[in-house]
Amino acid sequence: MINYQAIRVIYKYEMLRAWHTLLQTIASPVISTSLYFVVFGAAIGSRIEEIEGVSYAVFIVPGLVMLSLLTQSISNASFGIFFPKFTGSIYEVMSAPISFFEIVVGYVGAAASKSLILGTIILLTANLFVDLNIAHPFVMVLFLVLTCISFALFGFIIGLWATNFEKLQLIPMLVITPLVFLGGSFYSVNMLPPAWQTVTLFNPVLYLISGFRWSFFEVADVSVGVSLAMICLFLLVCLVLVWWMFKTGYRLKQ
Amino acid sequence: MSSIVNIKGLSKVYSGGHQALSTVDLDINEGEILALLGPNGAGKTTLISIICGIVSASSGTVTVAEHDIINDYRITRNMIGLVPQELTLGAFDTVWNTVNFSRGLFGKKANPAYLEQLLKELSLWDKKDNELRQLSGGMKRRVLIAKALSHEPRILFLDEPTAGVDVELRQDMWKMVRRLNESGVTIILTTHYIEEAEEIADRVGIINQGELLLVDDKQCLMQKLGKKQLLIELKQSIDKIPAGLEAFNLESSADGNQLTYTYDPDVERTGITALLKSLNEVGIVLKDLQTSQSSLEEIFVRLVNTR
Ligand SMILES: Nc1ncnc2c1ncn2[C@@H]1O[C@H](COP(=O)(O)OP(=O)(O)O)[C@@H](O)[C@H]1O
Ligand SMILES: [Mg+2]
Repeated sequence: MINYQAIRVIYKYEMLRAWHTLLQTIASPVISTSLYFVVFGAAIGSRIEEIEGVSYAVFIVPGLVMLSLLTQSISNASFGIFFPKFTGSIYEVMSAPISFFEIVVGYVGAAASKSLILGTIILLTANLFVDLNIAHPFVMVLFLVLTCISFALFGFIIGLWATNFEKLQLIPMLVITPLVFLGGSFYSVNMLPPAWQTVTLFNPVLYLISGFRWSFFEVADVSVGVSLAMICLFLLVCLVLVWWMFKTGYRLKQ
Repeated sequence: MSSIVNIKGLSKVYSGGHQALSTVDLDINEGEILALLGPNGAGKTTLISIICGIVSASSGTVTVAEHDIINDYRITRNMIGLVPQELTLGAFDTVWNTVNFSRGLFGKKANPAYLEQLLKELSLWDKKDNELRQLSGGMKRRVLIAKALSHEPRILFLDEPTAGVDVELRQDMWKMVRRLNESGVTIILTTHYIEEAEEIADRVGIINQGELLLVDDKQCLMQKLGKKQLLIELKQSIDKIPAGLEAFNLESSADGNQLTYTYDPDVERTGITALLKSLNEVGIVLKDLQTSQSSLEEIFVRLVNTR
């Protein structure tokens, strides 16, 4: 027996929250993406030669989408569960006939949906600036969906773990943003000196961006199979973590 | 009367090592109004939080309508509504959305007609489109009550419902509690105001430092522990209590116009007849007689002090 009604209201509630902060959720990523295009695509990109046959402005599109997806999935999901903890209104969810699984589906599902919508908007915005041809649309959608879900899940974990606003910002700022920037959002790993290429292979985000980019241009730093395996592994790790939190009542139940 | 909530050997030690509850046993009867009375920090909120699933117990079991609160949590939680002690509400949702959200969380189909009637009863209907952060404290308390009732629970927990609440809301709340109770809802409220327990409850449980000291019918409790006093107003004031009345341990008021006789109403011979006879014999003329019962407050102080 699953409490679908509860999942539905949590999902709807979280989607509505985005509606109230529409400017912040939709407009700000659109504006920042446009700015990236103006700066990197038009101003700097015109002076950079093509990368493996793809013009620089086009080359950065997948990286830009991933940059927004990762940060937005995390911040959305973490805030979604942190805020009720902060106000205390979480008591209601905890005393309702609803399982942890359903709570996760509601919150993470909504955060992932919002990121998906956001990714689509960014791609459409990018299409205004450059001509986008997507070589493997299905693989692209698969990467998009897997990324949204796993990082929303990761954000949910951070939101549960965080006991104050500072902690809530800590991991996204200190870990995720650097990893995304150093994961080849704006360059091909081949452009780095060999030593740094090896170091970069330890960056999980690299596999994401590489695989996602492959679905557009069939150009990749690592093979697309490895990329898919990595994102699935990350998803699995997050699922296990959430399952463990559920088992122990971690940071929810005293 | 059958019991609906059954608590056995319930203990709670918080992670800091503080023992908030020690082996509490309690049966809550279906259809009653039970007041849990105890000072701040007694463990009232902890007890309620365990039953509702917000805090996990260290040991002991709780069943609701014979369903275990952990194994059958979907069944037990469906029957329970909780009004928390703190004004814990979101900020940006509207009153209408938040009560619908609550109802949905409990897996109930939307029922606008019921929620409309509920909001009207709580004088919230004209505020239904207001954002929660715009509401006063009293209004927020009303919203919390509406949320707790949104899924039509059979058991309602009110954790210090009248803390910081104005007279009007208090009266509205008691009216609602009585009406709900008449319709069959079991009500458990916590308070550290004795008058409150005295005013509304059928039974009173006294809790202090994590221990449930006793639970009894309000009347029985007062009879068991409460002495009665007979106040005797005199026609003419006296300087001192006349000889021959020593056995009654009378107290006289400062102005000598009144005598007080304390007795136990439960024993066969209260001594009242003998006293009146003796008063007559020493020539004291009475103006008026009055009895008063010791309040829960006195009972409570006595109980807590004897521990
Ligand atoms: N989350 C917590 N962690 C540690 N101690 C707690 C926690 N919540 C309550 N306590 C302690 O447990 C005791 C009982 O608290 P509580 O149940 O809130 O009492 P009451 O509701 O009767 O005022 C208090 O001493 C309080 O400090
Ligand atoms: Mg309390």
